[in-house]
Amino acid sequence: MTRALILLRRRLVGSVFVLLIVVIGSFLLLEAAPGDAVDAYIVSTGGDAGMIELLRHRWGLDQSEFTRLANYLWALMHLDLGQSVTFSRPIREIILERLPTTLILMGSATALSFGLGSALGIYAGARPGSFRDRSLSIGSLALYAVPGFWLGLVLIVVFAVDLRWLPIGGIETIASGKTGFSRAADIATHLVLPVSALGFIYLALYLRMMRAGMAEAWRQDFVLATRARGLSRRRIVLAHVARNALLPLVTMLGLQSAQMLGGSVVIESVFAVPGLGRLAQEAVAGRDTPLLLGIILVSAVLVVVINLLVDLAYAVLDPRVGAGEASA
Amino acid sequence: MNRLRRFLRTPEAIAGALILALLAAMALAAPMLFPGDPQAIAGPALLPPFQDWRLPLGTDRLGRDVLAELFHGARTSLAVGLAAAAAALLIGAVVGTLAGFAGGLIDEVLMRITDAFQTVPSFLLALALVSIVGPSLGAVVAAIALSAWTGPARVARAEVLSIRERDYVAGARVIGMHPLEIAFREVLPNALPPELALSSVIVAAAILTEAALSFLGLGDPNRVTWGGMIAEGRTVLRTAPFLSIVPGVALVLTVLGVYLAGEGVVESTAVRRSLS
Repeated sequence: MTRALILLRRRLVGSVFVLLIVVIGSFLLLEAAPGDAVDAYIVSTGGDAGMIELLRHRWGLDQSEFTRLANYLWALMHLDLGQSVTFSRPIREIILERLPTTLILMGSATALSFGLGSALGIYAGARPGSFRDRSLSIGSLALYAVPGFWLGLVLIVVFAVDLRWLPIGGIETIASGKTGFSRAADIATHLVLPVSALGFIYLALYLRMMRAGMAEAWRQDFVLATRARGLSRRRIVLAHVARNALLPLVTMLGLQSAQMLGGSVVIESVFAVPGLGRLAQEAVAGRDTPLLLGIILVSAVLVVVINLLVDLAYAVLDPRVGAGEASA
Repeated sequence: MNRLRRFLRTPEAIAGALILALLAAMALAAPMLFPGDPQAIAGPALLPPFQDWRLPLGTDRLGRDVLAELFHGARTSLAVGLAAAAAALLIGAVVGTLAGFAGGLIDEVLMRITDAFQTVPSFLLALALVSIVGPSLGAVVAAIALSAWTGPARVARAEVLSIRERDYVAGARVIGMHPLEIAFREVLPNALPPELALSSVIVAAAILTEAALSFLGLGDPNRVTWGGMIAEGRTVLRTAPFLSIVPGVALVLTVLGVYLAGEGVVESTAVRRSLS
């Protein structure tokens, strides 16, 4: 376990630097945006020039850029993301409200794409070059070419408009008064289509990686050795070839988390799911730059945390990782 | 010629090349086949496809010719996809070469910045950039390029790390070339092949990002885009689903063509490498 802890400590230091760069970058973007928080506030409330001066002074916007960056960092350290213009509420509150929905959506979509993708990848990679391998490769490429938002619309047309099997959007039936288990079931039916739209796009990625890793593993000597030992084909495929190809997929899981978050912006907009992604679109529509940057910061933190967790899982799965550092 | 034959060896590569050729023809022919503004009203609103031979794919909610929009949309998709991918590859190659060739503190700083860009979901970054600068073709291209250069930068850096130890680089040092001149005239051109292998993925991602941005209403309002057409059709999804389906199919075929052609290129070079 010390091995994992040492790895974690080293990664944490790097992550803090990376997040600092993200914060400075988002501050620069905030500066580049036309108008400042006072302009936005005055637009929604109204007020005269004296009021503007007063607010600029009170919010510290009349100070030098360096002081403002320091203030920004100071506020962020106290987990204060500022005030949303469109919602007239603290940004942290809004984001925390929307975050769970997006996490459920992302988690389910990741489980779907990873589970089904690697299973199909094993099926294709069991016999590289065979007909089923070739057709699955082409099929996954075609799937990978589909834009997520369009797949979402097609799913809506088929399953919500034509067949009427599933709800067209939203996260739960409005004012249904459902509680407990029936409410959970209601939310689950609402999530089937968005999770499929988001998950199926990335399924192809895991399928292709699994398949490529297995094709590579087949050529190695240890596979020949397992054959010589007389193991069954099924056992060779699952316990030796597929197992060796699985590790890079775990790394991909972390790298994909950022893409998944980006993809959920459009998917949540298509299905009217009130999550972080839809909030980003609402921020754009309302020209609410502070809110948008707050979402970006929170997503960056989320991506860093997910990647740390993936690194830890990797260290547990592969005894070689970090072994050299622990003994040194 | 030999190279072309090697590239066109697999049926996948041939299919990819055909799709891309058709697309390029559509983009080039758009102003000749459909002169005038594709956003102008051409007939009655919501005409279904295959009803009127002058409007083969029908009209949209405002009575605009869907086929004309499709052709003009191909122009935007290809132009934005290629320009953004070229810019991303260029930024990536320059950053990667500088980081890999300089090493030390410069490498450390540049790679941490690359990490930071990769930590932010690239679509959110593109969304923020376009919403701050304002929707125009240039802004969309710049935003996509700024959110896509990190992959090429890593690839270029890895390649440069091995190239900078070669003898001809040492030779260039001995004859007194400036380090920047060595980096950009000797090292960078030789680090390009793996970049090019990555280019199909970058182009495809750029086309998809452009479509998603214009779907959310952040495309250039003066140009027809497939993403914008899908968003338009979405408002009448129940009654006229073909308005969203048709441009979506065009998008899927385009991206698929790029992938297939890209795989063909990678495979033809891989064969060459394994033969030599």
